[in-house]
Amino acid sequence: MSKTLSIIKIGREFEVSVGMEYEMIIGLEVHVELSTKSKIYCSCTTDFGGDANTHTCPICTGMPGVLPILNKKVVEYAVKTGLATNCTIAEYSKQDRKNYFYPDLPKAYQISQYDLPICQNGYIDIEVEGKTKRIGITRIHIEEDAGKLMHDEHEIGTLIDYNRCGVPLIEIVTEPDMQSAQEAKAFVESLRAILQYIDVSDCKMQEGSLRVDVNLSVRPKGQKEFGTRTEMKNLNSLRSIVRAVESEAKRQIAVIEDGKIIVQETRRWDEHKGISYSMRTKEEAHDYRYFPEPDLMPIVVDEKWKEKIRKSLPELPDARRRRYINEFGLPEHDALIITGSKALADFFEDAAIKSNNPKAVSNFILGDVSRILNEKGMEAEDIPFSAEDLAKLVGLIEKGTISGTIAKKVLEKMFEQNKDPETIVREEGLEVVSDEKVLAEVVKKIISNNSQSVEDYRKGKDKAFGFLVGQAMKETRGKANPQLINKLLKAELDNKIL
Amino acid sequence: MRVNKKTLEHVANLARLNFTDKEKEKLMLDMENIISYIDKLNELDTSEIIPTDHVIPIKNIFRDDEVLDSYPKDKMLMNAPSKEDGCFKVPKVVE
Repeated sequence: MSKTLSIIKIGREFEVSVGMEYEMIIGLEVHVELSTKSKIYCSCTTDFGGDANTHTCPICTGMPGVLPILNKKVVEYAVKTGLATNCTIAEYSKQDRKNYFYPDLPKAYQISQYDLPICQNGYIDIEVEGKTKRIGITRIHIEEDAGKLMHDEHEIGTLIDYNRCGVPLIEIVTEPDMQSAQEAKAFVESLRAILQYIDVSDCKMQEGSLRVDVNLSVRPKGQKEFGTRTEMKNLNSLRSIVRAVESEAKRQIAVIEDGKIIVQETRRWDEHKGISYSMRTKEEAHDYRYFPEPDLMPIVVDEKWKEKIRKSLPELPDARRRRYINEFGLPEHDALIITGSKALADFFEDAAIKSNNPKAVSNFILGDVSRILNEKGMEAEDIPFSAEDLAKLVGLIEKGTISGTIAKKVLEKMFEQNKDPETIVREEGLEVVSDEKVLAEVVKKIISNNSQSVEDYRKGKDKAFGFLVGQAMKETRGKANPQLINKLLKAELDNKIL
Repeated sequence: MRVNKKTLEHVANLARLNFTDKEKEKLMLDMENIISYIDKLNELDTSEIIPTDHVIPIKNIFRDDEVLDSYPKDKMLMNAPSKEDGCFKVPKVVE
């Protein structure tokens, strides 16, 4: 929550800082590595890491005379993504060569798709500040990833590892439909959730499985024509996207206010310095001379194949969110956060059904579970206990075996020990104490040790009563049955007054 | 089509080729001849014909998503003009 608030603040600040009001126009290009086992045109593994050049063969390193053969799963995953994002699936598409010289690309061309991509004209609905906005998807096409270059400042050469070369990618291109950093962030979050639900990519931004290029321009509010846009490459975290968008919009407005002209160019974002700088690529470099890839035959996706893939689609985040609101009675906001991660939603749903108390489960997940995950730098996938264990914990509170305060302590222990909550409660003796004799002793002790508060209570200060209850809970280390303490304390005090 | 010096230099630059002025004069003529030869095709009416992406009428040539052994690293680097730390080495490229 606090993150969202600070973004809005930045947005307001820059609106206030200039005289004329500007609006930004954002379009995104998202590159996603598909989670196939093997590469797009050869049988080398797509595993991340590995010693340099150990996941390579003559095909993915572009040796002369080799023939690429398309991985069928790549087509299926691209079609799946297209169907999940409301695209039209091309019955006929082809692959093309995109020519440019750069050593991360050993063939001196990248196999991609030019005029006949596999998917077109889709959309995703995003939620920003409680409002739904539809973001258009222009196209989705398949292509191959490039190798990794390592530059050493002291060396005169560049070293190349081609393990990533030939890993299948889809590129998702949006319409220029976003107008703030929050909208760009919401789009990437929604897209990532969809891709994880349909299981076509792990979407690990820190490992480069999901990379975002931002196309951004600004214009005075009310102007119809677009301003000149710049492109920022390879933003690999949501935080970078937000910061880069805010920074680039500010930069462009400053240039215009200065009476200068925005140059259409590619810029590189420096996350450490928090600024972008021009990559000064020569104009010639953009003459890609696309032509049909002669080694690869056209892709024809007929109605039968398309429907088979459509039937394999799971429930998508939007549908799941609506169901959680209707079936489990979750508030819109809670449902949105939980369904934003497939792992979190799966965990929630399992625990909600097993405990038959969705609201209590949702409160735990959005509260203490999320807090602990954040503190430990873990993802929902890494929760070390089962949904059944969380359901048991909820059950222990419902039955009155433990209090809510104790439940928080039990949850902390569930993250550290491989034990179910019932075992933890039993071993640590955390059950609520409801024995009237035991509690009556506690109450007597508290009253005799706090004569000033007892005096205050007699004079009609309600606060004093709360203080005494607190003392009794402290005495029992939070384990006393609060209702019983209330009853006994009241009886004892009133008895004394009389 | 007239091939001027600018067009020739643009194409040469894309192909990373360097020519002397004398070579450029000759190549401009060559390119012009090639283009006018190809231009002959424009005389045909192709307005009713679907663009030919491939001459062979086959489609959907796929392989299954199966991992097979990659090549040994040493073998992959055997032809590399320069190598270091198991990597291919090229003159430094700066973005």
